[in-house]
Amino acid sequence: MTKKILTVDDSRTMRDMLMLALSDAGYEVVQAEDGIDGLETLEREGADVVITDINMPRLDGFGFIEGVRANPAHRGLPVLVLTTESSAEKKARAKEAGATGWIVKPFDPVKLVDVVRRVSG
Amino acid sequence: MSADDPFEAIKQTFFLECEELLTDLEASVTALTFGDGDGETINAAFRAIHSIKGGAGAFGLEELVRFAHVFETYMDELRSGRKTCDDIAIRAMLHASDVLADHVSYARGLIPSMDEERSQTVANELRALMDDGGPVVAAAAPEPNPVEDPIEAEFDFKPVMFDFGDDADAPEALPPEAWVISFKPHKRLYETGNEPALLLRELARLGPCQVTLDTSELASLAELAEPAACLSWRIVLDAPVEMEAITEIFEFVEGECDLVILPKSDPLADVAEGSADEVDIAALLAAATAPAPPAPAADEVDIQALLAMATAPIAPAPAAPAPAPATSAPATNSAKAAAPAGNAPAAAAGGQASIRVDLDRIDKLINVVGELVIQQAMLAQSVAECGIAASSTVKVGLEDLEQLSREIQDSVMAIRAQPVKSVFQRMPRLVREVADMTGKSVRLITEGESTEVDKTVVDRLAEPITHMIRNAIDHGLEDVEGRAAAGKPKEGIIRLAALHRSGRIVIEVSDDGRGINRERVRKIAVDRGLIVADANLSNEETDNLIFLPGFSTADTVSDISGRGVGMDVVRRSIQQLGGRISIASTPGKGSVFTMSLPLTLAVLDGMVVRAGGQTLLSPLSSIIESFTPKEGDLHRIGARDWVIRFRDRFLPLIDTGRVLGFSKPDSPEITGRDGIAIVVENEGGSQVALWVDDIQGQRQVVIKSLETNYRKVDGISAATILGDGRVALILDIDALVVLGRQQANQSEFKIAS
Repeated sequence: MTKKILTVDDSRTMRDMLMLALSDAGYEVVQAEDGIDGLETLEREGADVVITDINMPRLDGFGFIEGVRANPAHRGLPVLVLTTESSAEKKARAKEAGATGWIVKPFDPVKLVDVVRRVSG
Repeated sequence: MSADDPFEAIKQTFFLECEELLTDLEASVTALTFGDGDGETINAAFRAIHSIKGGAGAFGLEELVRFAHVFETYMDELRSGRKTCDDIAIRAMLHASDVLADHVSYARGLIPSMDEERSQTVANELRALMDDGGPVVAAAAPEPNPVEDPIEAEFDFKPVMFDFGDDADAPEALPPEAWVISFKPHKRLYETGNEPALLLRELARLGPCQVTLDTSELASLAELAEPAACLSWRIVLDAPVEMEAITEIFEFVEGECDLVILPKSDPLADVAEGSADEVDIAALLAAATAPAPPAPAADEVDIQALLAMATAPIAPAPAAPAPAPATSAPATNSAKAAAPAGNAPAAAAGGQASIRVDLDRIDKLINVVGELVIQQAMLAQSVAECGIAASSTVKVGLEDLEQLSREIQDSVMAIRAQPVKSVFQRMPRLVREVADMTGKSVRLITEGESTEVDKTVVDRLAEPITHMIRNAIDHGLEDVEGRAAAGKPKEGIIRLAALHRSGRIVIEVSDDGRGINRERVRKIAVDRGLIVADANLSNEETDNLIFLPGFSTADTVSDISGRGVGMDVVRRSIQQLGGRISIASTPGKGSVFTMSLPLTLAVLDGMVVRAGGQTLLSPLSSIIESFTPKEGDLHRIGARDWVIRFRDRFLPLIDTGRVLGFSKPDSPEITGRDGIAIVVENEGGSQVALWVDDIQGQRQVVIKSLETNYRKVDGISAATILGDGRVALILDIDALVVLGRQQANQSEFKIAS
């Protein structure tokens, strides 16, 4: 069965790039533009993997992940954060919020798909 | 943009997005400038820069990424409150926004070169602010030493090209033959959505694995609350891979598990491996039925060492039946779906929904709707000519149809309407630059940014507005001393305003400068032969002389207002949009440039008239009034000029048919025919009357370019197709007035000679 991936990013460029890389790899992609939109989309559409940006208006990536984990149904859902900062602090905060792992921007599409596969099987 | 190259398409999207982000950034910085900003404003600015950097990295735009990174780092300092957002900070942000915009333009190919020196200077300015006034890196240093420069050192962000090719990374050095890995997940590992089975599978991709599950900590089924955290694995990976290949797999779960990775050749690992079968399998099996046999001494050493490193010793415990090595994340997938999402305000609406549509599609739609409107008008006319009763269903249905087509047309036009904001927001930067160049102190006030107008009009507004603002600062405002002498505040004010007025958009650029020096304007106009020495001109007419071609009032031709490009160019570009421009000036108080433009270039409200046997259309927006003159209202001045009395004034009267050359040369003079005078206002605001044979009514028409379909005709701006299928020419009032004047002058000249 095709796996569904939810991408949450306020940048259209980034959403398009994720869409291109993931759909090329055979994934179904649903998109959201910020954390709140992301939570609503997740409830509505569901997803097998979530990829989220950190810096977003309305609700940022950390808040979004906490929102996802607050729902027991999504406790085991793989959530990857997209981050330009490869700083330990950002990763630690993402982990603290409940992120499964991270993808450092700019991403190589092959590596992106590899990471998605790593956390989703 | 090629449709078959998705990467290139995304790059174009990126540049479009950059445009929006830069606009947002400019708006945020502007708000901060006026003290309207708060934490969220700084946050928004940060996000804009961050998004530009993110996208730029994906496209390998290194210079852009480099600069954005410094800017972003600085904004992060402000955002976190580590640095205060004072005047100096805002100034730096203004400069940095400008440079960032230049980097984007350069990457996009819109500007031929990048001012690297300026970029460096501004980047250093930001660094200096972050260093708390510490030493500034020399501006000329082209490549700051990554070690000496704290920001560069921390800059581990390496742009990679978005590449769909195969990843050809391969280990190079000679790694150990095999590895022994001990892995014990904590509860947290499961909570973050990680899955041991997947990690083990990843390990198996590296080479043959011998996996052993340790269930010794597993509680009895009855006390089984969080079974996952009780499991641990030991893996012997029989592959000569790099240590990094293994740590990379466990990258995400660092701190969420106990993990020990040792080369198999390591004495500790060697012993551990040797004991694996006995300890893990045999011992466990034995433990299920009998006390564990005493382990060999060597094993104890090994296990002790391993356990010490792993921080969580495996305590011997009665073994429960072991589940198969985890195939799904336990304990986490059990809950029911669709519980309300946690702490986020899920009720918040999704904002304004919008879609992006290719402009060509909209234009095609507008075109077809235009045809529909014409077709509907033609049908209505045919029906009217058939003599069908007004109460008939056909007639009523047609009226409904007319209503609907009008609504469709309005809605379609609204799709193309855009706020002038996008143009207005480019102006603060322009004002700053021109103010810097002229050494004047200027404040820009904008009003009516949300006023909407057709996209084409918006796109073409930037140039004339830019020119007028430059002109206002360069020529309009006095220098600092001049202002002090005039008793004005040091800071000059430029006001840019947009508003809707009678179906048109009006844009005003005003300054509180010295106003127009009429004597000088007049002298220049006479010197250049633009007017005769004794011409009798009103103040208003004198002011508007500056729009004449070849007129320039600057004492020195400055870089700012351009070389040999005068206000006549501005006027021409506005006229091309069907607009007009005028100036009103008060000496010592300032000037106001007023541009009036149609809201759309596709339709026009007009009055259908006949003159010289032709059907013509006069734009409704220029018509003040129309009336049938009484006896004695018309007066002849000179050989061929006529004036008409209108509300106790005399206005020049233009014989439309004759000026446009439609009337036969031998046709009777104005007084010899019945006719109607239409009072119109020209670009300078002065009124003239057009003489036409009769008026047929008011109509909204779809504009068809005459130049594309035929050629430019003096006095005519475009054409349209009327309901009866006839082509009607649309009058260009301003050009018509000029044409009328020229012809009058020529005839005077003929008579004089």
